[in-house]
Parts: sequence; structure tokens; C-alpha cells
Amino acid sequence: MGKTLFEKIWDTHIVQEVTDGPSVLYIDKHFIHEVTSPQAFKGIEDRGISIFRPDQIVATADHNVPTLNQHLPITDALSRFQVDTLIDNCKKHGIELYGLGHEHQGIVHVIGPELGVTQPGMTIVCGDSHTSTHGAFGTIAFGIGTSEVEMVFASQCLLQTKPKLMRINIEGTLGKGVVSKDIILYIIAKISASGATGYFVEYAGSAIRTLSMEARMTICNMSIEMGARGGLIAPDQTTFDYMKGRTFAPSGAAWDAKLAYWQTLYSDVDAAFDLELNIDAADIEPMITYGTNPGLGIGITKNVPTAADMQDEGEQKNLEKALQYMGLTAGQSLIGMPVQHVFIGSCTNSRIEDLRLVASLVKGKTKNPDVQVMIVPGSQKVAKQVIHEGLDLIFKEAGFEIRQAGCSACLGMNEDKVPAGEYCVSTSNRNFEGRQGAGARTLLASPLTAAAAALTGVVTDVRTLL
Amino acid sequence: MNKINKIHSRFVPLQEENVDTDQIIPARFLKATTRDGFGKNLFRDWRYNNDNELDPKPDFILNNASYTGEILVAGKNFGCGSSREHAAWAIKDYGFTVVVSSFFADIFKNNALNNGLLPITVSESFLASIFGLGKEATLSVCLEDQTIAIDAKGAIETFEINAYKKTCLLNGYDDIDYLLSNKAAIENFEKNRK
Ligand code: SF4
Repeated sequence: MGKTLFEKIWDTHIVQEVTDGPSVLYIDKHFIHEVTSPQAFKGIEDRGISIFRPDQIVATADHNVPTLNQHLPITDALSRFQVDTLIDNCKKHGIELYGLGHEHQGIVHVIGPELGVTQPGMTIVCGDSHTSTHGAFGTIAFGIGTSEVEMVFASQCLLQTKPKLMRINIEGTLGKGVVSKDIILYIIAKISASGATGYFVEYAGSAIRTLSMEARMTICNMSIEMGARGGLIAPDQTTFDYMKGRTFAPSGAAWDAKLAYWQTLYSDVDAAFDLELNIDAADIEPMITYGTNPGLGIGITKNVPTAADMQDEGEQKNLEKALQYMGLTAGQSLIGMPVQHVFIGSCTNSRIEDLRLVASLVKGKTKNPDVQVMIVPGSQKVAKQVIHEGLDLIFKEAGFEIRQAGCSACLGMNEDKVPAGEYCVSTSNRNFEGRQGAGARTLLASPLTAAAAALTGVVTDVRTLL
Repeated sequence: MNKINKIHSRFVPLQEENVDTDQIIPARFLKATTRDGFGKNLFRDWRYNNDNELDPKPDFILNNASYTGEILVAGKNFGCGSSREHAAWAIKDYGFTVVVSSFFADIFKNNALNNGLLPITVSESFLASIFGLGKEATLSVCLEDQTIAIDAKGAIETFEINAYKKTCLLNGYDDIDYLLSNKAAIENFEKNRK
């Protein structure tokens, strides 16, 4: 029997099988950031051991950094101490750090791919659940906890049990105004926020093949939001074209050798999956969430479900609680609802292509005066490119505020937050209670749908503006 | 790491599904650089009005002094969302040793196991019977036998746990000890790779 893409990568990274237990899995690349690494460094030091392979680690500061005045010292003392701790630790242990002010700095899942550090066939981990993003290149990439960060520091390995494998095939052509964020929000709404727990998901099908790398990253990014450990897509010409010439991508003879290997990375026709799901791209419309987990989403023209739509009492209770937090009513339409904020950023949708998409819609227009719009590029490189392409002028003319690279209002940890009770159409990945600030109400959507809300000041079906 | 085997305790019932790690420990408390002290911010925004420790929300279970014990019992899909291990640290630091649910998110489960916090997955019906118990009821957990029992009813259920992880918890070992003992194999693997 043939092998799946996942198995081809997994099998070549197994150092040792443990009887009745997990396998020792070798990790090629380890990304770290300021929030989930300090306790791991401390652990290593307490054990009196050194970091096993410091040259396979790349560090950046992203979660807890301000997105204004990054050249100045961080004002919040705790945040400053955490970022300084990362600087000290990297220096002490000989780890490459792309910290504030560095031209490579940015959200860890944006910089890995854009620098060519992320390459097909690799195993990649990071103390962050959206590490699944890197799967877009045909890698086994997944988020880990801090104890696991410490394990990788100590041994460049992790003890892992092989997950079950799911394939989601998306066939056909996407409708007007429908983009990759809508695909993944549609899938999560369909199978729920826990529907892929225990699985690694391969995304396949003709609709996936036509997507750019940026769009594929958006899909893999949100794999974790349905409980999956990670998601991946077989590399193809689109992938190789993207890789070519990146800062840390191989070149010359090394490129040829790697390319030959990368071209073997696909699921064989007779490979078996534990579960397969088929989706018709034509069924997907622009999506928006109404609840407090990413699975509570609907097509923009649909109504918020009612208790009668729920499967059991538990779900009914969840719905009721979510709607209460969100200040919404069962059965209502979201279209036309006023919003106070629009956040365009995060590791889901802060790449240059996302910002181009936004610019294409808002060019020559101005935002609604009652909405505050924040655009936060995913990295210094993206920020530079925005200026290079003149998108900054379009955004400024539209009345959008452009910030510096970082996680920003995605997680309510740094200074960028949404005030309690106010609505934010957000291109990020989580709408949990308080995620964007205590009491904040998040509506997840695509960059296009977010831009539409910025222009109109209300939840809008972007197709009416196209 | 602490060893775990037999636990006999009252429990705290948190009847919520999809409890995500942003609720367990909100992001603004992740600025610490040590593992200690997260317990006081466990479920922070569910526990207090306006982030004020002097203004607890009376309806929230942790604010109800008549519930106590080292076992937290919660609805399905517990620990979904962010990979922050701070969630496991907060639950542990608060004083829980066991979390019972009918379904756990993957990363949370691993994080718990790596910190001497035992996640026990029970059936929906067993979970419902625990939620139906009175405040004084107690549960008994035996990791060795992989059982959890409702003492008053004599109801008992066995739970699954990876054999390797079980050994680690029973003996207080962690994965690093194991990985470090395999350094030679890892170096060998690196050498033999193309
Ligand atoms: S942008 Fe948001 S989801 Fe992505 S790494 Fe940062 S905090 Fe996490």
C-alpha cells in the first residue's frame, strides 16, 4: 500500500520507536518566541545541560511587542522584561534572534516561510498552536507546550504518538468574493471546533491546487481551530516558485537536490486515510462567525442558528452562552449590524497578498467614520513591501491606521486591544471570550469581508461591493 | 515532577463545554518568565467582575466555597485553543491534580501530562452522573488500575492512558530524562541522514 504525504515525512524522522509508547521524532526546525520559551530556558539551566542544536532554532519577538514606536524601549515593565529575557537567553545559548528592530522580525509563522526557513519535508515545531501554518509547504508542523520546547532544546526530539490522518478534498471553483479564509471557516463550521481532534489533516483537491502559498497558509493556520494537531498540503510548482530565491532557501546544486526530494512529497494514490471529507467549493460563500469559538460560523447571508438547529442540550447551552456574550439574538442576520473596529492582521491574514486584497477593495474609497481600522503587517518585510507597492497610500487615504509588525490585537496580550462590549471584524483566528481584550466581541472573517465592514461600518456581504 | 497514583477527593464541577485556554488563563497573564503563581489568575475573567479580585462573581464555581477538592470536572473539549502550557500550570498551581472531562484538546492533554496533572477522559454518561452528584460527594482515582470511581454510588469506570505516560506519572519521570538517555541514538540518526 502507498504512503500518505504525512507518513512519508514522519517515517524519515523517526529516531526510535518506543514499545507501547510514543516514538522519538526528530525535529528539523524549532521556532521560539518570548512568551512560551523563558520557562524552557530556565528548565535547561536548572538541569545543568546545554542546548543540543542551537543552530536549528530561530527566535523572534512577536506576541508581546508594541506595534507603535518599536524603536523605543517597551513601556510595560513586564513585557519589556519578557522580551529582554529572550534577548539574554538567545545570546547566552547562541541562538539566532530576529528581535525588534531586526529586518527579519515579525510574527513567527509569517517570517519562517517568507525567509525560506520553512521548507517542504521538514518537521517543524514552535511553542504556539498556529505552527500548523507551515504545513502549507508540505511539512509536519505543530504547536507544542513549554515542557516540549524544553525537550527540543535538550535533544532536538520529541516523544510523539502518530496521529490519525484525515484528508479534506475541496473540489471546484470558488465563487466571487470567496477566498481561502472562507474555505477554512466553512470547514470548521461544518465539523466543529473539536471535529479534527486527534488528526493531522491533509488538504487536497482542485480548489487547493489553484491557491497561492499565502492562501494555503491561511488554511493550514486554522487547522488547530478544529482541534487538529496540524494540517498540510502537498508541495507543487506553486510551492517551488515561492521558495526559489528566499533568503535561506537552498540554491545551485543544493536546490536541485532538494527539489528532487520535494517532488516526491505527495500522498500516493493508494494511500489510506482514517477519514476523508469532500467539499464542493461552489457551496462556500463569504463566512463570518457569530459565536465564541471558530466553529460557530455561518455564510454571510445566513441567519444565526436557533436552539432548534442544535443537536443536543449541551450545544443549546453553548449557543445561548455564546450569543449572550456576543450580544446577538438567535435567528438574526448579521448583515447591517454596526461594528466599531476592524482588525486586519495576525498569522492568519497579515501577508502581502492579504493586504493587496484589502487594498484592491478600498482603493480610492474611505472608511466609515464610526469604525476604527487597524492594519498590522505580519513582518518587517511585509511592512516594507506595503510601502514599496504604494499600498500604504491607499490605506492612509482610506483612513486606516497602519501599525508595525507583531501579533497585535489578535490575542489581547500587548497594548492593542478591543474595548469591552464593542464589535470587531477580525481577520485573526480566534473569537474566544476576551481573546481580543476582556469583553471584546470578535467576528472572524476574511480580509475582504473585513475591508468591506471598514468601508460601510456594518457587517457587509462583500459581493455587493464587487 | 510529582508522582501520582491514588487520589481520593471531593471535586469542583465546571459544567461548561469547549473551555478554551484563553479562559483558563487570559493572555495578559502570560508575561511571566517563571512557572509559578498562575493559580491566582485561573479563570480570571469568569471569576471576577471588572478584573477586580475584591469583586468575585458569586455564580462562578471557584467562588463557591462549598465546592472543593483536587479534582476539576469539566464539560467536553476541555483545553481547546492556544498551546499555552500556562493553562496546565494555572490549574496545577490552584491545587488541582486531576482534570476529568469527556473530551480533551490534544495539546492541553500533553501539557497536563508533562506537568504531573492527570487528564482523565470518561464517558458522557459517567460525566453526567458526576455532575449530578451533591457537594459532599467524593471521587477515587487509581492511576495504577486506570480507574475512577464515584464513591457513594459504587460506579466505576476505567480510563485510557498511554503506557509510557503512565509510567512517567507513577514514577515522577519526565520525557527529558528519557530523551537525554537516548542522545547516542539521536546523534547517530543525524549522521545517517542524507
Ligand atoms: S498572530 Fe495571534 S494566533 Fe498568530 S501567533 Fe500571534 S497571537 Fe498567535
